[in-house]
Amino acid sequence: MRVNIEINGERHTADDVWPGESLLYVLRERLGLPGSKNACEQGECGSCTVYLDDTPVCACLVAAGQAEGRSVRTVEGLGTEDELDPVQEAFVRTGAVQCGFCTPGLIVAAHELVHRSPDATDAEIREALAGNLCRCTGYEKILDAVRLAAKGVQR
Amino acid sequence: MSAPTRQGGLTSTGTGGVGDSPQRPDANLKVRGEFAYSSDLWHEDMLWGATLRSPHPHARIRGLDTSAALAVPGVYAVLTHEDVPGENIYGLEHPDQPVLAADVVRYQGEPIAIVAADHPETARRAAARVRVDYEVLDPVTDAAAALRADAPVLHPHNPGGNLVRHARIRHGSGPLTADVVVTGEYTVGMQDQAFLGPESGMAVPAEDGGLDLYIATQWLHADRRQIARALGMDEEKVRLHLAGVGGAFGAREDLSMQVHACLLALRTGKPVKIVYGREESFFGHVHRHPAVLRYEHGATRDGDLVYVRASMILDGGAYASTTAAVTGNAATLGAGPYQAPTVEIDCYGVYTNNPPCGAMRGFGAVQACFAYESQMDKLAQALGMSPVDVRVRNAVEQGSVMPTGQVVDSAAPVGELLALVRDRPLPPERGATFDLRELPGGVSNTTHGEGVVRGVGYGVGIKNVAFSEGFDDYSTARVRLEVTGGEPVVSVHTAAAEVGQGLVTLKAQIARTELGVARVVILPSDTAVGSAGSSSASRQSYVTGGAVRAACERVRADVLALAGGAAAGLAGGKVVDGAGVVLADLVEVLGEAVVEHTVEWRHRPTEALDPVTGQGFAHVQYAFAAHRAVVDVDVELGLVRVVELACAQDVGRAMNPDAVVGQIQGGSAQGLGLAVMEEIQVVGGVVRNPSFTDYLIPTVLDMPPMPIDVLERADPHAPYGLRGVGEPPTLSSTPAIVAAIRAATGKALTRVPVRPEHIVGD
Repeated sequence: MRVNIEINGERHTADDVWPGESLLYVLRERLGLPGSKNACEQGECGSCTVYLDDTPVCACLVAAGQAEGRSVRTVEGLGTEDELDPVQEAFVRTGAVQCGFCTPGLIVAAHELVHRSPDATDAEIREALAGNLCRCTGYEKILDAVRLAAKGVQR
Repeated sequence: MSAPTRQGGLTSTGTGGVGDSPQRPDANLKVRGEFAYSSDLWHEDMLWGATLRSPHPHARIRGLDTSAALAVPGVYAVLTHEDVPGENIYGLEHPDQPVLAADVVRYQGEPIAIVAADHPETARRAAARVRVDYEVLDPVTDAAAALRADAPVLHPHNPGGNLVRHARIRHGSGPLTADVVVTGEYTVGMQDQAFLGPESGMAVPAEDGGLDLYIATQWLHADRRQIARALGMDEEKVRLHLAGVGGAFGAREDLSMQVHACLLALRTGKPVKIVYGREESFFGHVHRHPAVLRYEHGATRDGDLVYVRASMILDGGAYASTTAAVTGNAATLGAGPYQAPTVEIDCYGVYTNNPPCGAMRGFGAVQACFAYESQMDKLAQALGMSPVDVRVRNAVEQGSVMPTGQVVDSAAPVGELLALVRDRPLPPERGATFDLRELPGGVSNTTHGEGVVRGVGYGVGIKNVAFSEGFDDYSTARVRLEVTGGEPVVSVHTAAAEVGQGLVTLKAQIARTELGVARVVILPSDTAVGSAGSSSASRQSYVTGGAVRAACERVRADVLALAGGAAAGLAGGKVVDGAGVVLADLVEVLGEAVVEHTVEWRHRPTEALDPVTGQGFAHVQYAFAAHRAVVDVDVELGLVRVVELACAQDVGRAMNPDAVVGQIQGGSAQGLGLAVMEEIQVVGGVVRNPSFTDYLIPTVLDMPPMPIDVLERADPHAPYGLRGVGEPPTLSSTPAIVAAIRAATGKALTRVPVRPEHIVGD
């Protein structure tokens, strides 16, 4: 089947999509956007978090056909090499990135949180990011990154 | 995308040298989703590989029929053991594992056939159509039973039967009696490394008949040696390139899909990509050895250790992997960071039909640490002493003699580390008003504080750094200095695997410190340069760091010779004299010259252990960390919430303080996972929970604040005085948390992970 999706502000079309393919597969393997990661295929790890319209979702749990005609924003659409999004910048500055495999999903989830709730408490940050697994950091520096990013948004 | 990889070298600019915390040179790519991990590779005309695996933990293969799989449209190749052109056997230390099973399968998930197709789902469906005629055999699933004379022998050519290694330590000749004796039997479940980036890579056939493999691994050259042997090909024709690695923790030391992708690429003449899903990943790599450990500690009434006796059995599963080295570690470190006049330890690594076990962060020292630390708490209780006091009283220090007879010849501030975590202010008690998320059970709303008891516990551990027992442990670095675009640029080329730990940052810091140059290019790691050894055993800062420094020193010597006169050093892009006075601009001194050196660097040699007494200078360096855990336990429901996990660690020299803290926090988190949640559940040789829905790793809700104290007591034998950082925090975190749960509940808790039924049961 053919799937039309607006991704990071641009219209994309994928042809010959098998109905069992996820949005994640189409992004990664058909449209050249491998930033969103595949780590569990069950919506447990959050590594594939993207905005579908304005809602963060696990792209591995969305069938590609469900995204037909809708708008998707991925980690690749948040900032550029020379002008990182403040959330991306905060992850770099706080040392929240080790292997980095969880990072794209966490950045999208954190981006949504700090814009929805820039004055979130630590407990609220933890609750909001509980669907994103990280195996390297123990999350301390990720919390630092989100706090720093939230301060930037508050300003 | 033209691929297979998008990034070339990583450039690090600025002023961050050794002891600073400059930004990772790969961080910008990683936060934008532009860093190419091994699962992101793409190539024009590529195929996808899939693997058929045994559903049985032990079976004879009576027949294989691939015709139905080959008939699936879109399938390009279906290969079995008959298609392995070289030797159908591999192994990191001890080759005993077939690339594709021929006549017998020894664990559930063992690869039997591989398929290449134009879509991953086509490949998977075709693999499922390979018909295998099994004669199912009874699996050997109990490690102790596997050592009995009547147990089926799983590897007929192994001289020890099902015994992979017996490591034996006999130290001191004092009496095995004491005024106070405590005994215990402890069990450690099978933990998974659970890196987030699944096993993956791409093999691209080359015109010379060889191939290029883009791969996430911990040790490119060890992979290449094993791949070339299986392909029956010269190593020079097998070129490995490190693709982006999504975590490792030991699970990428052994081969997974490497040979399979190469076989399919050579057969089809096309690039072949294999990416495991999470379920397959649980079968695609080795795990932490489950262990049963029996201990006996004798002490005087004053609390001085008289003797330690221990007998441990590590379940190595179906293939040896690194079981022999893990067994050696558990034995040599089995008495912990304590001085005991007499020590008798026997540690057995065993073959069974359970999932193969090998390297995971902590490597044998984790299992022993849970047991000896549980014993130290038991001893403290028997003596009426505090857990910290009994540990400090017996702690090793510089000059102490280990049970191997090895003298601890650099700093060992065990008592100081324990005092640091003990003397930290405790986290505040829960107030009158609180958030549900502060309680065990969290927003499940299982308690409002009733039945919740707080406990505090301590743990300390000892880990060896780098490869031990006489292994020829080295790394290779090529460093080049030249003028590019009007400024001096250093490029650093090694084969070392960046797995997330930050070695790319550190290599640039070292080059900057040694050569006084702002701009450093870290070239991609590959087999075009000599081996760096593995990114494991907390060794890369020490060994590859040492190699990079040594190569920089040679380059510097050449540049100073070029400059002549009073030239004595390089700083800030200038040639300086002994007093730091600028003599010349480096750009002018270099001119058109390219100064390059490649150095193979070794740490001081270690020795094999005496096979009877276990005596010998086995470890090049020891490293220590201590934890204090504070927990809240709902004693009625058995739910645990870790409130705070403080750690103090001696790192010799904090080469990159931010990265050091990141390692300590990450290692502590994996120890928390082993303490209260993580276990691969294996029943009758069959894995019951191969998914992130059923195998739980800590989330941000499970992790508490982790205050860290970093000590820097230089090791004069090591580059910059540094001490390996990555593993020690994974050891002591687990026993500290379990001790805290015991303090809250009064339960013995001899098994990890601790489950609710252990807390509420009898």
